[in-house]
Formats: sequence, structure tokens, C-alpha cells
Amino acid sequence: MARIFIDNTPYEVKEGKNLLEACLQLGLDLPYFCWHPSLGSVGACRQCAIKSFKDEDDKKGRIVMSCMEPVRDNMRISVNDSEATSFREHVIGWLMTNHPHDCAVCDEGGSCHLQDMTVMTGHSYRDYRFTKRTYHNQDLGPFLNHEMNRCIQCYRCVRFYKDYAGGKDLNVFAAHNHVYFGRQQNGTLESEFSGNLAEVCPTGVFTDKTLKSHYTRKWDMTYAPSVCQGCSLGCNISAGERYGSLRQIVNRYNGEVNGYFLCDRGRYGYEFVNSSQRIVHPAIRPHHNGSASREYIIGEVAARLKNGKAIGIGSPRASLESNFTLRQLVGAEHFYLGMSDTDHDHTSLALKILHGGPVRTPSLHEAETADMVLILGEDLTNTAPMLALAVRQAVRQVPMNEAMQQVHLAAWQDAAVREAMQEAKGPLFILHTFPTSLDELATGIHRDAPDNLARIAFAISRALGAPVNGSLELGETEQALVNDITAALKAAKRPLIIAGYGTGCDHMMKAAANISWALLQGGGQPMLSLTLPECNSLGLEMLGGHRFDSALAALKNGEADTLVVLENDLYRRADKHVIDELFSYAKDVILVDHLYNQTAENATVLLPAGTFAEADGTIVNNEGRAQRYYQVYVPKGEVQESWKWFLQIGEKAGVQRLHGLHNLDDVVWAMTTAIPALAPIAKLAPNADFRMAGQKIPREPHRYSGRTAMLANESVNEPRPPEDEDTPLSFTMEGYRGEAPAPLIPFFWAPGWNSPQAVNKFQSEIGGHLHGGDPGKRLLEPHVNGSIPFFTEVPQPYLSMPGHLHVMPLYSIFGSEELSMYTKGIAQRAQDFFVIYMNPEDIDEWNITPGIWVNFHIEGHAYLMVAVPNHWLPRGIAAMNAGLPKSQIIDLPQCIRFSGSEVTSTF
Amino acid sequence: MFSLIRSMWLVFLHAFHKRDTYQYPEEKAPLPARWRGRIVLTRDPDGGERCVGCYLCAAACPVDCISLQAAEAPDGRRYPGFFRINFSRCIFCGFCEEACPTYAIQLIPDFEMAEYDRQNLVYEKDALLINSQGKYPGYNYYKVAGMSISGKEKGEAAREEPPVNVKSLLP
Repeated sequence: MARIFIDNTPYEVKEGKNLLEACLQLGLDLPYFCWHPSLGSVGACRQCAIKSFKDEDDKKGRIVMSCMEPVRDNMRISVNDSEATSFREHVIGWLMTNHPHDCAVCDEGGSCHLQDMTVMTGHSYRDYRFTKRTYHNQDLGPFLNHEMNRCIQCYRCVRFYKDYAGGKDLNVFAAHNHVYFGRQQNGTLESEFSGNLAEVCPTGVFTDKTLKSHYTRKWDMTYAPSVCQGCSLGCNISAGERYGSLRQIVNRYNGEVNGYFLCDRGRYGYEFVNSSQRIVHPAIRPHHNGSASREYIIGEVAARLKNGKAIGIGSPRASLESNFTLRQLVGAEHFYLGMSDTDHDHTSLALKILHGGPVRTPSLHEAETADMVLILGEDLTNTAPMLALAVRQAVRQVPMNEAMQQVHLAAWQDAAVREAMQEAKGPLFILHTFPTSLDELATGIHRDAPDNLARIAFAISRALGAPVNGSLELGETEQALVNDITAALKAAKRPLIIAGYGTGCDHMMKAAANISWALLQGGGQPMLSLTLPECNSLGLEMLGGHRFDSALAALKNGEADTLVVLENDLYRRADKHVIDELFSYAKDVILVDHLYNQTAENATVLLPAGTFAEADGTIVNNEGRAQRYYQVYVPKGEVQESWKWFLQIGEKAGVQRLHGLHNLDDVVWAMTTAIPALAPIAKLAPNADFRMAGQKIPREPHRYSGRTAMLANESVNEPRPPEDEDTPLSFTMEGYRGEAPAPLIPFFWAPGWNSPQAVNKFQSEIGGHLHGGDPGKRLLEPHVNGSIPFFTEVPQPYLSMPGHLHVMPLYSIFGSEELSMYTKGIAQRAQDFFVIYMNPEDIDEWNITPGIWVNFHIEGHAYLMVAVPNHWLPRGIAAMNAGLPKSQIIDLPQCIRFSGSEVTSTF
Repeated sequence: MFSLIRSMWLVFLHAFHKRDTYQYPEEKAPLPARWRGRIVLTRDPDGGERCVGCYLCAAACPVDCISLQAAEAPDGRRYPGFFRINFSRCIFCGFCEEACPTYAIQLIPDFEMAEYDRQNLVYEKDALLINSQGKYPGYNYYKVAGMSISGKEKGEAAREEPPVNVKSLLP
């Protein structure tokens, strides 16, 4: 700790930081533009000027940029010095000369850093009376709106997009006072992290285009702390609602998980909540379609469950609470995991590795600090996007530390550090069948069939000392690669090994576990990160239940005749013919879900469930971190949380296992008592009776407008606002106005800080943890003592079988996830054809004309597909886009028999 | 004694003064132009809606009686998709007019809004939008704002330079 004097007051601050960070951390308001806690300082905007004094006697001092000055012991500075204040005011005056008068039509208004800083510096009147510079805008695709007139040239956009996220197609053009930030020509921004520009840009140059389609100011939205449902990483988000529809997703800072950024699937994949396909009223077939009362239907469902022949099918995209109440409703012995068998195998293996193994799985923040990364069979950008962003930061670690030591720089001196590093990168090895967008950073890449890649990984683990049986004869290049990777792993202090569900081959995870365990045994400090298919896959697996395929058996042999399906489109869990058969044996299908999908077509009872924005719940991410998401608003119609439906049905049916449970806290209590592994969830967030100064925490900002008019068209007599009995949050603007505990912060706002940059007032260290610790509780800690359960079975080398294809899944950030596909922009960017990628030689051999619809036969079922040549695929291996809507082949990977060159049908 | 008589005399004289009381409703009171009465939404000189749906009036309203939804027309102009004022709550403070950056929302000298049914005091946009520029003739927001709309490209607003040629390196 260093002692510094700010305006003659002594403060203790951390050494190694810059003065701007130090001042912000102390709660002082100091304006800035180009500095960003994740991007570092470049000293470009001259906005954070302060006075620095030589010693106590120095009365004159000199103006310095606080973001470029490191903290030194006994240094004397002044923030309020009149010269510094007037300097800052002038700087913003110059920045504003060309800023247009269009705040009224600007989407950033109300959450604008430039507005905040202008007010903060006191530049309240525009003296400039001359012409303003203008620019043409570009069409940047479905996610971002571009309005270059508003630019203040802080360079944050390109620094984030190019330097931080590795984007290629955004840059700065032209020169001197008319530089231009955009693409070389109109077109969709290619980076999967482009949406962050809306938050990184301090003003309205880049704004959220989906928000614009139903525009609402920040002060008018009802927010709740939420967790992204897009992938297994569980990034924290704040979801904003107005007039009964979800308007925007913004980042909710969590120092351990997502930090300041989100991927585009997470930021934009929310539109399904507003979809016209939402189920809003309970319905029962064949009678009362859409017209029966809630009580009637609950009674009906309860009656159908009474014979004890009902089985429940859970869901990896539903909360733990919903899954648990269903499990209690039907009984644990009748509870089936609603994930495909492959997903189940992967998730249970991952759980076994993380639970029984001695190596810690890192949070995203820890992953960023790795000094060596080995990726086994994962295209991270598409299966766990934010982890890919973390890997991009991790490869900078080694050269950055070298540069910092050689030229004595601090990590936050971004431009200087990058200059010193040049193009140097730390060790990153990728073994994957296809090219990935991280390949450009890799030290070594190897492409082959998944089984062969797994063999290489097993060879690495053997070289590190893991006991592995079986022959592992590799080619010369493979052996050289094994040696390289082994050497790099041994040399690294904090190596990170990543594997997951990406190739559908579970040997990858086993090999990754072996490698990390062997490293640990050898005295290293490895980290092991495993990606999982869905947002609550791990939570569901921890809850436990039967395999999905045994549900069909139970129906077939007459043990069960009624299905209770929780938030699940079963047609995404197994091939179409399997599910068709399943439904043919079911007398009743009771579906609790939010969207009318294929499964809903077959349901006899439909109960409308709340989405993440209309429900409270807990999900567990791939790290084993349980995180709570909160209901944002009270939906119209009869929509309620799935667990509430089950509680009501259980009460009606007299199910003892659900007796006495009424609200969220009850369910959490019952769940944590029944399943000890989930016990930390009880302390995840304050209970519903938590109050601050006797008040609840408001979901709405204090400037929330229109309360007495928004519902006046229905009735001028204002209804009583809804009450939230499940959480300590209130649905109104009334409540405690100070800082809420970290898990309960609905949105970041502080006096004078309306933009998302207000988060610095909530952090105990700038860029560090939130006050009181980041939200979320880890449920899995490494099993330190005892023997290491190495995987000793080595997979056989891949041999293509004549006439057969091994079809592996191909995941994509846009398209593979079910719910985000309801966002128009995401659907636009998804693969739209049902294609099968094949090795060109296979295509030749089987006389298929590329690009034409072909009949494929799998176990007697015919599928129409388009064969597309792909050079990366080895002979005998094919790939399919996984998770696209209307896909009929779900269970990937699988071996398909190709029955000759089939008739090509023309469309 | 004298003062009593004087007062009575003065009161008597008032019988011949011009009357201060207006015989409302037969006779209407002349109200000053800045009288804060009924709220209207005005149009700009081209006849387009002035309101751009910026939500500032709603935020300024101390009784929260204004609610609206911004939308964007195909020509790039923003407008309120719906605009609702609950006059049964309105206190005619004029903060909305003060907050309005486009002179769209204005309070006019009309106070005759009484209703027997309170529900009728909820005014929708069709009851608010008038075919006039109101108190500020000649003002056209889009002529000073930098956004391009159809009929006004970038650089064509007041005090704007033509758009930058990004390919030029000339000073």
C-alpha cells in the first residue's frame, strides 16, 4: 500500500495502479473517456487531467493525465485544483464542438458517459457557434446502429474490437480531425462480441439495434439481476423491461465470471421472451382449448397424476428449483433428465471429473490469467464464447509479463505494453477437427478425427506421467506435437486445459482430465475447464435422474402412461422418430413451457411457464457456480414460474413431498436439505425477508416515469402494484436507494453516473470484485485427498468404415441454441440449410453432386440433406450443424449408413 | 367614524366600476398566451410531428402522468407510437414543456377539460396532436439535429459541414 495525498488529504491506495483508478476507487469523481478497466490506459482523451505536485512546498504543480501516472508513495496530487478543473472543462468543450445536438433522438441518452462527464466537468453551456463536422453512417448488421457524428475519437471501440476481442473488420480510417471508426464498407460486424461496442462506446456512436426497435430509456426500465441462459458459462446480465416486454440485456459486472463483457448471443438472444409464439394461457386438449380456468386445469392435471404412473422429464434450460419441484411431484424414481443421451454422458463425465478429481476448474476471470492454454476438440467461440475471449487474454500473459519486466511497464499502460509485445504470443495449442477463430493465436494446431486427437491428448498425459494402458503409436508429426505440448505444459506455471462437448467425443474430456491431473501430480498448478451444452446442464446432473432413453422404455412396458415435461422441446433431445414413438405411448403429455414448439403440438395439457425474465431460479454454470436470476416483471396472462405450477399441482394432488412449500425460499430450503451437494445455494442470496433500512430493493430507477399513465388506457384507477413474495426486490421504484448486496443489484447507477460505467462505484477494487464479493457460490471444489482416478482406456485410432459416415456435431454461436434463434438478427446469421459436411473424396466416391438435396438413410429413417464438401473433414467423417430448428437428427455424434447414391429430388 | 363613512363611500363607488368578474361560461376570460392549460403536441413547419419520443417530458413529470413509446418511421424520423397523458393526475406545472427539446409538447390557454367520467381524462395521441406549431412557429428540430432523415441528408442541417470524405488525407 502506498500513501498519497489528494488535495492534502492522505489516502492509502494500492501500489501498481494508476492515479485514475486510485481516485475512482476512493470514490472521487474524475472524468475519463479513453481509459477502460479492461482495456487499460492510452492517455488519448486528455480528460482525466489532475495536478501533480513535487512536494509539500510546491504550490504551482503541473498538469498530468491521471490515467498515465502510476501511484507512488507520498505523492501529492490535486483533483479539485482550479487549473486542472478548468483544463478538464475545456477538453470536454473541445470534444463537444463537433458533437451534434441530437441527444433527444440518441439511444444512448440517459445512460451516456459523455453526458455524465459533461455534467461532471461543469461544461454546461456551448460557446461554439460554428459549423459541425458530419459523417456518413454504415449499416453494421442486425445488432448495432452506427451514428458517427457523435464520435469523440476516444478509440475505445477499435481498442476493444481489435485488440481485446480480436475482430478484424472494424478500424479507424482517415486522418487528423476527421478520423472515422467503421468498417471498410457497409456490412455486418463479424466479431461475436460486437455488441459490447454499445457499452464500450462512451457515447451514441454504437447503440443496441434491438433496443431501438422498442426503444426505452434506461431510467424507464424495470431491471432485475439475471443470468444469461445462452450457454453453460452463466454470464451475469441485467434484463430491462417496459410495458410488459423485455427491452434490453446489459452486462451485469461480475468480477469472477464475465467482467465487463458479453457475447452477442447473450446480449441479443432475449427476443424469445417477447415472441408471438409464447404460451400465455393454460390449455387442455381436447376440450377447453385456451379457455379453461387455472384452477380447473390444475385440478385436471392433479387428477391425471394420481394413478402414480406419471414420469417427469426435467430440463437443462430450466432452473434447479423447477427441476427439483418436478422431481418431488413425480418422485425421484420417476424423474428423467431431459437431455440427450450424449449430452447426459458428457455432463455426468464432467461432473465426475470436477467432483472426483483433484484439479480446480477456473472461473472465467482465472482462465484469463493462464499462461499456457491447451484446447482439446473445442471451437470455443461457438461453444463457450466468453471463454474464447478469456483465452485471447490468456495468450497475452507470457509476452506481457516479459515486456513488463524488460521495460518496467505496468499492465495498464496498454499502448506501451502492446508496442513492447509486438506480435508475441504465449503458448496456445488447439487440437480440433475444424479450423477455429482462435487458430490465429495458436502456437500449434493439429486437425484430425476426434478419436485421433484424443489419442494425441492421451499421449501427452502419458508423457506427463499419467498411467495409460494400450498402445499409443503416433506418427512423426504427432509425436513432435506431443513433445512440444508436453514441454510447454511443464514450463507453464498456470496451464489451462479446455475440453468439452464440442466434438461429441468424450475421450477429449477424459484426456484433458488426465493431463491436468498428471500435471498436478508433477507439482504443477493446472486449471481444467470443461464446456457443457446448456445453461443448467451441470445443475440438472447434480440433481440426478434417469437417462432420457429409459423414459421410452418405461412408457413402452406400461410402467408409465403420463409425461410431465418441464421447459423442454423433446424433439431437440433425440431423433424425431424416437420422440414420435415416445408420444405414441403416452396417454397424457403435460407440458410446462414458454414457447409453442413441436412438443407443445403433442401435449394434451399446456401450462405457461415463465422465462428467465418472468421467473426466479438458480442455475449452475460449467464451473459449478450456482447463480440466482430474478424475475424482472410480472407477465400478462397466466404465466408463472414452472416450480409454482408444480407446487400448486402438488397441493391439489396432495403430494406429501411438496407439502408446505409455497415460495422460492421454501423450495430452496427443501432442495438444499434433500440434496446436500446443493447446500451452498441456501446462502446464495438474501432471503425474501431481507430488508435494507426496513425497505425492499427497487427494481426500477428513481426516475422511472409514467406510473400513473401507463395503464390508464385500461382503467384510470391505478391498480395496486404487484408484490414480490419470493425475493427482497420490489416491482416498483419505491425502496432502499443505496447500494444493494451484490447478488441483488438490478442495475448499476450512482449519482452522476448514469451510464454502465457507474459500476466503478460498486467495486471494492477497480476491475476487481464487487463490494461484499461477487455473486454466485461454487458448488464444486477439487477433491484434494485420495487417489487420482485416471482414465486409463485409450481410444482406438479412427478407421473409416466403408459405406458408413461418422457424423459429428458442428456448433455455432448463432443457431445452435434453441431460444436465441427467436431473435431475428441471430436467426439471420445462423446457417439456414440443413447441410451435411463431407470430405470431398467421400462425396466423389458416392457420386453425390454437391449442393443438391440427397436422401440419407439412418436406421431405416430417411433424411433429406444437402452434402457440402469440406476439406477439413477426414475420410469417413461428416459433420452437421447442431441444434438448428427443425433438425431431425439430434443425437450426434452417430454413425450413419449411407445407402448408395440416393435419388436426388428437386425442389 | 370618518373612516367608516369613507369606506362605505368607496364601496358605493364600486357599483359604478367596470366589473372584474367574468360571466363565465357566457363570457370567456382572455387568457395570456403563456397560460398553462391543456397540453398539446404540435407539428413542425413541414407538418411533421415534432415529438421525437425522447421521454424527457415523462421523466420530468412530477406526477408521472405521461407515458409514451418511441418508434421510428421508415423515413428515419422518430415519433411516439402512442402518447398518453392522464389529465386526472396532471397538475399543469409545465415541466414537460420545459423539458421538451423539440418544442413539441406545449401547454395552451385552454382549461375547459372537465369530465363527468374520470376515464375520459385519459388523453391519447389523437386527442393531443394538433395541426399547429403552437407557441414556437418556425422551429424544426431535424433542421438542427445531425441525424439524417429522408429529405435531409447528412451535412444538410443548419451549421453543418458536408460529410467527411474518409478517403481524403487533405487537411
